[in-house]
Amino acid sequence: MQGLSLLLFITVANEATTDLSVTGASVPPELEVSAAPAGTSPVASRYVPEEYGHPGIAQARSAEEPAAPSTEDGESSHQHGGGGYRIVQWEWSYVQTPYIIASWLLVASVAKILFHFSQRFTTAVPESCMLILLGLVLGAVVLIASKKQPYQLDPGLFFLFLLPTIVGDAGYFMPARLFFDNLGAILMYAVVGTLWNAFCTGFCLYGVKMAGVIGELLWGLMDFLLFGALISAVDPVAVIAVFEEVHVNETLFIIVFGESLLNDAVTVVLYKVYISFVEVGPGNVYTADYFKGIASFLIVSIGGTLVGLIFAIILAFVTRFTKNVRIIEPLFIFLLVYLAYLTAELFSLSAILSMTFCGIGCNKYVEANISQKSRTTVKYTMKTLASIAETIIFIFLGISAVDKSKWAWDTGLVVSTLIFILVFRAVGVAGQTWFLNWFRLVPLEKIDQVVMSYGGLRGAVAFALVVLLDKEHVKAKDYFVATTIVVVFFTVMFQGLTIKPLVKWLKVPRSTNRKPTINEEIHERAFDHILTAVEDIAGLNGYHHWRDKWEQFDKNYLSKLLLRKSVYHKSELWEAYQKINIRDAISVIDQVKVFVRENGSGVCLDLQVIDTVPGAKIEEDLETHHVLVENLYKPRRQYQSHYSRHFMTVGEKERQDREVFQRNMHNRLESFKSTRYKRHKKDRSQKKARRKGSDAKEQDTSDKPRRNVSWQDKGCLPN
Amino acid sequence: MGSTSSTLLKIPNVEVLMQETGFSPAHIIRLHDRFKALDKEGRGHLCPQDFGAIKELAMNPIGDRIIGAFFSPGKETVDFHTFVKILAHFRPVDKDRPKEPNSPEPINSRSNKLKFAFQLYDQDKDGKISRDELLKVLRSMLGMQVTEEQLESIADRTIQEADLDRDEAISFEEFRKSLEKVNIDHKMSIRFLR
Repeated sequence: MQGLSLLLFITVANEATTDLSVTGASVPPELEVSAAPAGTSPVASRYVPEEYGHPGIAQARSAEEPAAPSTEDGESSHQHGGGGYRIVQWEWSYVQTPYIIASWLLVASVAKILFHFSQRFTTAVPESCMLILLGLVLGAVVLIASKKQPYQLDPGLFFLFLLPTIVGDAGYFMPARLFFDNLGAILMYAVVGTLWNAFCTGFCLYGVKMAGVIGELLWGLMDFLLFGALISAVDPVAVIAVFEEVHVNETLFIIVFGESLLNDAVTVVLYKVYISFVEVGPGNVYTADYFKGIASFLIVSIGGTLVGLIFAIILAFVTRFTKNVRIIEPLFIFLLVYLAYLTAELFSLSAILSMTFCGIGCNKYVEANISQKSRTTVKYTMKTLASIAETIIFIFLGISAVDKSKWAWDTGLVVSTLIFILVFRAVGVAGQTWFLNWFRLVPLEKIDQVVMSYGGLRGAVAFALVVLLDKEHVKAKDYFVATTIVVVFFTVMFQGLTIKPLVKWLKVPRSTNRKPTINEEIHERAFDHILTAVEDIAGLNGYHHWRDKWEQFDKNYLSKLLLRKSVYHKSELWEAYQKINIRDAISVIDQVKVFVRENGSGVCLDLQVIDTVPGAKIEEDLETHHVLVENLYKPRRQYQSHYSRHFMTVGEKERQDREVFQRNMHNRLESFKSTRYKRHKKDRSQKKARRKGSDAKEQDTSDKPRRNVSWQDKGCLPN
Repeated sequence: MGSTSSTLLKIPNVEVLMQETGFSPAHIIRLHDRFKALDKEGRGHLCPQDFGAIKELAMNPIGDRIIGAFFSPGKETVDFHTFVKILAHFRPVDKDRPKEPNSPEPINSRSNKLKFAFQLYDQDKDGKISRDELLKVLRSMLGMQVTEEQLESIADRTIQEADLDRDEAISFEEFRKSLEKVNIDHKMSIRFLR
């Protein structure tokens, strides 16, 4: 509540100062107007603000700061002051911009704290919903206080600062192997699915308009196609925000999330193409232009990816040499990833694709090259920034909705849009899944399809795109804005709220009335481990001929180039070390001729030594269950999404992996020590002859476990 | 694909294999490719080291036991037939398979799945899970911070729950009975291998 009052105070103070000065030119029209004069191609690039970088003067670009010319302010305060020395001065204009930005960030953060006070509430309602509601409330407050709406989600701010933060975080921490395993499905949904949605929605809306359901005005087919294009793209921000609270299985998550990232290319191209069609006038569109559109799509997507990969290589290469400047390592990462985004924007390629692939590409090498502290810094900073950006986006979505002057309501349009996007998404997903299941290793079930179609959320990207439209060329802009607001709110709030219960409801109902017995608990966990192991043996997720080839190429060329020398050679060192260790241990065995008892962990594997404890205590059921639940190792495929804005999932899984790994390696060591021991008992001559062979075999055996160690050294876990 | 049938022909007794396990030709081929990928030295059979090369298995608490399950007692190699037969345990149960009274039980029946799991516990193959065997399994599945005392009490409790004939060990029948409420078809099947 204090946050709110703080905001109120700031708002009122702000209003007061703006009123003092000459009427600040209302900001949004300026933004739109300056978008147009730069020529026909500018809307292709995201909004490039003209007043960017005006020092001292409130920046019109960011809608948070009303455009109050500071000179006016200064003069008025001077006039008020009169002569003489003023002890304390009101330097509002001087600190205005950063003050307002900082205050907004503070409000957003305080809001987050307040939400989490009520645990029950936060589990039921996703954070994005609450943020939008908060935005609505704030917007209403500001509107009432000042009768005009100076704050809005500014597309420039959004595309240049807020979106890259989120996408950068997503791309950098994207689980690469999962992503590439499902790349076919992701691409299909992103390209074919988005195109299908866009065209169907556009044409159907047009048809509905012809049928008279939608109101008057001269809206052409192009307008509707344009609208269809921007409303049909699944939004990465919304998907992360909602899915991270839902915990669907990782395959499902990666498909929806990957789709939301990769459909950027399609959206960009469609948007550009239709904007130019609309400006040129529908009568002047030739078939050649359609082909240009297709070519444009290929260039935008492939170009964007290439830009991203180039930056990934540069980044990985740079981090190879940062050993002496550890403190600024994170800076390189942030800068280069951001530059990847901006460079793609510069060439009007797909910026999201660029940033995503930059993150995916560089992750492996960068994580290996930089220091542990830098890794932590990067992780924390990216998460923090992305979290704040997300919060701001949702709050501003709420605020922007309240400004009635920006939109016009048409019930027919709104209702039909909602219906169409839901229907076409479901149909599209069903159709594509049917097609994909012919080729996929693990088919996508009906439940997956329901979650996928329900999870196709629209968000701030659509909103920003619609606000960017030029009112003169697209007459229906206001109606589109209203519709987009409703659609975004509906998907984020309603679908966000209901997706969790839906997911729970769709699972096979288990009889959870009875508590599982200890036997069941243990054995079920054992089954999970067995299944995981069998999946690994049968090569279910790992079987790719091409992956093997890629890993060879990577090992022989890329890693040599991009990894630090010490890291690259580390694995070989480790192997040598282990070899020596084992050789020593074996020689000890030979002399002692008993099983070596492991002392390190206090666990004794020697059967003879474990004596039966007389009169073992019988624990309470509860106690035993408690111990089991706390300590049973979890199987590897845990159903958890990889992204969480709230928690860093560290430690637990790594600890488990480390323990299990050590234990397994030790067991293997034991087992071939024992085979070696048995061999000693056989005929001497046979032993001699076989010794050569068995030595080689033991090298093999000792090699293979150690090969497993090499990845662990890099501090990262197997993908 | 034209290579499909030719690959199939290269595998000896493939008809019998498909009949016994219920795998489709496509699956057999996939598994054959996987077998060849694991068998790096092209010997035509697998040994424990080949399994050890699968790095994910090193992260599995009972990974080594499962590897052991592939090798029949006394044998040190796994040929393709055995490989496929073991994997066939994890096929989802065919609900619409006609129940012929005289045919042997399919490999992926509920009972056979349970037998496979039982063998993982019962390392000395005496048909019973003794307290020590149970302790070993528990030790590998539980984290390091569980003390010996806790471990032993859990083991005792487990045996107490399941042991009906009071012989301080769990026989296969007792094992099966303790899991009668668990949906084994669901818990021990891999969707893909349908």
